[in-house]
Amino acid sequence: MAVVTFISHDGEQHEAPLEEGSSLMQVATNNAIPGIDADCGGEAACGTCHVIVDPACADKVGRSGPEEEEMLSMNPERQPTSRLSCQVKVCESWDGLTVQLPEFQM
Amino acid sequence: MSSGRAVVVGASHAGVQLVTSLRREGWSGEIVLVGDESALPYQRPPLSKAYLAGKCSLKELAIRSEDFYVKQDVERVTASVQEIDRPTGELVLGTGDRLSYDALALCTGAHPRRLRAEGAELDGVHYLRQSSGVERIREDAIPGRNAVIVGGGYIGLETAASLRSLGLHVTVLEAADRVLERVTAPEVSAFFTRIHQEEGVDVRTNASVEALVGDTRVREVVLASGESVQADFVIVGIGIEPTTELAEAAGLVVDDGILIDAHARTSDPDIVAAGDCTSQDIPRYGRRIRLESVPSAVEQAKVAAATICGNDKEVAALPWFWSDQYDLKLQIAGLNTAYDDIVMSGDPTRDRDFTCYYLRKGEPIAADCVNRPRDFMTTKRMLTQGTAADMAALTAEVAV
Repeated sequence: MAVVTFISHDGEQHEAPLEEGSSLMQVATNNAIPGIDADCGGEAACGTCHVIVDPACADKVGRSGPEEEEMLSMNPERQPTSRLSCQVKVCESWDGLTVQLPEFQM
Repeated sequence: MSSGRAVVVGASHAGVQLVTSLRREGWSGEIVLVGDESALPYQRPPLSKAYLAGKCSLKELAIRSEDFYVKQDVERVTASVQEIDRPTGELVLGTGDRLSYDALALCTGAHPRRLRAEGAELDGVHYLRQSSGVERIREDAIPGRNAVIVGGGYIGLETAASLRSLGLHVTVLEAADRVLERVTAPEVSAFFTRIHQEEGVDVRTNASVEALVGDTRVREVVLASGESVQADFVIVGIGIEPTTELAEAAGLVVDDGILIDAHARTSDPDIVAAGDCTSQDIPRYGRRIRLESVPSAVEQAKVAAATICGNDKEVAALPWFWSDQYDLKLQIAGLNTAYDDIVMSGDPTRDRDFTCYYLRKGEPIAADCVNRPRDFMTTKRMLTQGTAADMAALTAEVAV
């Protein structure tokens, strides 16, 4: 089974199965990953599902779109590989993916 | 307390967050989530948008997967709740069964306000709050038909946009002199009226419904002015009322919603409540408010779960809202209650993106941001952190 690892701000690791076609946010909420609030349920309206993709995986995961970019642009914890996880459709071929969670979801 | 049986009544946004947070806060006992819809709990905001427009299935709207409830050891029960028997610590279910609880959370939500007019019970008159209501609307939503929407609030306008995308003729009837009258500045109302007119919606204001006419099925809507509008079906979106009967009958204090404190406790400190069914005193606004909002429901639910587990959390987040219509994404940070001035960035009479900042005594208190996610995030952060001086500088800059 392909898995993704979420690494919290204080270094705690949580694994979750990568279910093809789900969003990364759904993977997180369906597996009760702490630190992904996803207040708006995946409409890119709230910015509370911010993750920082491992730079080594950034190309296959893809970069943020224009709207996502605007939501992330004011975020003090923003990194070059930041994404809103609700906007990332996952693939089973991404086995071993790791993403960091910010300290705060704004 | 963190063991025994926790029962959450109401399986929507607040209820699902509550069971999620109960485990996170350390509840090790049983968790039972009681809801009166048999479907996996689903997201409601898309009902008037993507779901009505046929762009997604109910399964795709699940707040959590089926697997989640298994892994988190949450038992889902489909039943109505008839009564809370506080002395014995039991719920009486619609099935007649009794369910005992050691901790109880009420997330009973809200229901649509009914239209009070002659003919309101005719076939073809719909309400939009549950997936079943949307499914009935979808059966009626055949391209070329005439849909009449009663109410020019967010639900009415979102529904109008979705039905236009399906190729229907749409009329919106608003009793007030402008759409969104309760929630936005006149300039923002004018903007949404212009957009809907450009998209082909017949927007009528000062249009009170006198009667719905038809034999068994609605055929036309008669207005107080005497005019009538042809209708193949009608959707009523004139607001929601908190579902509080259960709490009231149990003797809890209800004031336009089940009254909760900052810890989400009801007037019985052993019972918490969260979501659209609640009202609470919000220090930021200095008054009692019932919020109709998913983010607020989620926030209250997190706090309620912490309270049940004996952990100390308080409801403190800034209220915020969103609405999608056509290509427009409206994001609202804060409540504009008692604003005395606005500052506009962009031109809502011409553009499809702008931000309307609301000020009170010179201080920014809220913003309506249309296709301006950056403005929204900036405002939300600044209002959350209370950096009013920065906001004042921002709006002053815009005003120049």
